[in-house]
Amino acid sequence: MIGGILSLELLISALRMSVPLTFASLGGVFSERGGVVNIALEGIMLVGAFGAVVGTYFTNNPWIGLLTAMSFGFLIALIHAVVSISFRINQIISGTALNIMATGLTTFLSRLIFKAAGSSPHIEGMVQWRFPGTNWQISPLIVIMFAVIIISQIVIFKTRYGLRLRACGENPYAADSLGVNVIKMRYSGVLISGVLGGLGGAFLSLEHARVFVEGMTTGRGFIALAGMIFGRWTPLGSFSACFLFGLAEALRMRLEGFGIPTQFIQMIPYIVTMCVLVGVVGRAVAPAYDGIPFEK
Amino acid sequence: MAEYILETRGITKHFPGVLANDNVEIKIRQGEIHSIIGENGAGKTTLMNIIYGLIRPDRGEIFYRGKKVEISSPSIAIRLGIGMVHQHFMLVPPFTAWENIILGKEVIKNGVLDKDSVCSELKRLMDSYGLSVPLEERVEDLSVGIRQKVELIKLLYRGAELLILDEPTALLVPQEIEELFEILDNLKKQGKTVIFISHKLKEVLRISDRITVMRRGKVVGELEREEANEETLARLMIGKTLESPQLEVYERGEEVLRLEGISLPPKLRNINLSLYKGEILGLAGIEGNGQKELLEIITGLLRPEKGRIFYKNREVQHLDPKSLRELGIGFIPEDRQTTGLILDFTVAENIILGRHDKEPYSIRGKLNLPTIKKTAVDIVKDYDIRASSVDKHVRFLSGGNQQKVILGREFYFEPEVLIASQPTRGLDIGATEMIHNLLLSARRRGMAILLYSSDLDEIMTLSDRVAVIYNGEIVGILSPREIDEATLGLYMTGVRKD
Repeated sequence: MIGGILSLELLISALRMSVPLTFASLGGVFSERGGVVNIALEGIMLVGAFGAVVGTYFTNNPWIGLLTAMSFGFLIALIHAVVSISFRINQIISGTALNIMATGLTTFLSRLIFKAAGSSPHIEGMVQWRFPGTNWQISPLIVIMFAVIIISQIVIFKTRYGLRLRACGENPYAADSLGVNVIKMRYSGVLISGVLGGLGGAFLSLEHARVFVEGMTTGRGFIALAGMIFGRWTPLGSFSACFLFGLAEALRMRLEGFGIPTQFIQMIPYIVTMCVLVGVVGRAVAPAYDGIPFEK
Repeated sequence: MAEYILETRGITKHFPGVLANDNVEIKIRQGEIHSIIGENGAGKTTLMNIIYGLIRPDRGEIFYRGKKVEISSPSIAIRLGIGMVHQHFMLVPPFTAWENIILGKEVIKNGVLDKDSVCSELKRLMDSYGLSVPLEERVEDLSVGIRQKVELIKLLYRGAELLILDEPTALLVPQEIEELFEILDNLKKQGKTVIFISHKLKEVLRISDRITVMRRGKVVGELEREEANEETLARLMIGKTLESPQLEVYERGEEVLRLEGISLPPKLRNINLSLYKGEILGLAGIEGNGQKELLEIITGLLRPEKGRIFYKNREVQHLDPKSLRELGIGFIPEDRQTTGLILDFTVAENIILGRHDKEPYSIRGKLNLPTIKKTAVDIVKDYDIRASSVDKHVRFLSGGNQQKVILGREFYFEPEVLIASQPTRGLDIGATEMIHNLLLSARRRGMAILLYSSDLDEIMTLSDRVAVIYNGEIVGILSPREIDEATLGLYMTGVRKD
């Protein structure tokens, strides 16, 4: 039984499961490194999942679906940015409100557009890319994900943009006194997180399910944030953490059908998340001004 | 034309309830070290923030090198060549020194930060000004003195010609201050202009070429170094002559507090001490010799391992701070911001802290707000606490006014014993004088005061007797009239012992 569970197949399944989490988690890194807590990622993923299906449904082109997902995520993030950066409203409240709004909005629009409750019609997924000379196939989104991880790691730690973004999260007053536009930097971090969160949602609907189901993110945005914390606000760390969570999810799918009540099995990813948060994360230190509005 | 590198005309700035700058005119000469002095709240920092573009003035003009300039943001100030080291450093703690220095003016190669060329440029810069900091270390691991150098290099890296230093010596130890002054002299030699903000007169006289004095938002004097001395400056700063407090003849009253064999190994060993009505007993000691623990034991924050404390012949060493306060032992803690006050409570709320659950402030569990407010208003008036209202959060008060809130609170209930730990630390001359006078008048009323201070001047002028603590033991009880500071120092360092 153990041999049947732990296999290459399981690792591939874990990688696929980790993709939506990783995208959202990277989004969280950009947002929080700049000093804005973005728990709206859950809602952003949901509108991303919805946008991907809508775009694909009307154009039959999943790439257009992907673009739609990113722009929907961008819009939600823009609201979060305006509310929490410009108007300095508590970032948790803004995020919570947006999550509730995203649930209502996608459900409403889904029923309006697809004329059916519960879920959308099935759509065409993305054409898989084939490794040259083999039968191996891989989703383009996974390739994009690895590219984004590496680029993010470089951007955040090696570039001018990254240095300024991190300064805004650690001590915005220092950044301001040196002529860095804190407001602009924080907006950029949140908006990037919207685009990446939207991509994560798109993977859920476009690749996993090939359909939009109401409320289909089921807390993945929050798990992604846990991954970001576990990964100490670094892109590589976040990916590793999300892979662990992906493994838990893959395991969950494997264990279904072994006679254990499914309710318990379905708890696995969430229990892993909590154990990780309690056990490991206690020592992780967030950016000093994470979640604190900047006011001159 | 360009004799003055910087000139301000008619700078005026209102904050809610305060006129922080009132028609301020200052003139800074090219290549000088110019001090701007004044008490806390005199408007020095506001003026500097205006010059650096962090605050916009309501009115007024700034001329830089003879040309009128609009400084609407720090980046404009930096471009003009104005740099500022803030009182509270503007550094990013987890960043390395070099990252902190280049932030906002990065050097890029192939899209990424060019660390190598930056670091070699910074090394050249540091050599030419005789400054040195470890570039690769995180700022959070560096000492305060080094952090300040990081701030200075930050300015020089940006090509600052006019350097503003806001209270740069406040957090430094004496050796670091001397080192800073050497650096400033060096900068002057290289043609830089320095504005030095302070209220420490000795330092100002040591370092400045010229001195501008501010009081309550106005410029009240502009002096050449040669025409200035401590007395004239102090008179200009506070608007009146300073009188050093005179102790009246001390008549020992009855004993109110007695410590018998208090021990808390390894910090305290067999402490015996008596405190009498109407005296100030000074406690002198180099930090870390047990004075902190001793005061915490007396106020009930710590339990001694052995020994007894008698308050009017009643054993009290087992009581908690609240019961002790109710008995009549008041406490001015060393750190007013974390222990003495709740910064996000209002003045009124802080004033009744500790009595908030007693009548008349609390009736059947409900706060009696009108009475609380009335008490607070009385105290604010009696102690001349500068706050626009008693509903203002104490966070927004100056250090001196915060300390007055604590004194007002402790004195209002007329304790018989007052334990005062570093009551004037970090305060300016005027506030210090006021606190001293309050302590002396309390003594006159018969209060028994135990005063710990790291300022030996303060101990020597205020105390009737001085107890010296060294390595957890009282090594001598001296009369300040009969010894000098040097002798006191011998006791404090354990060289002499009675």
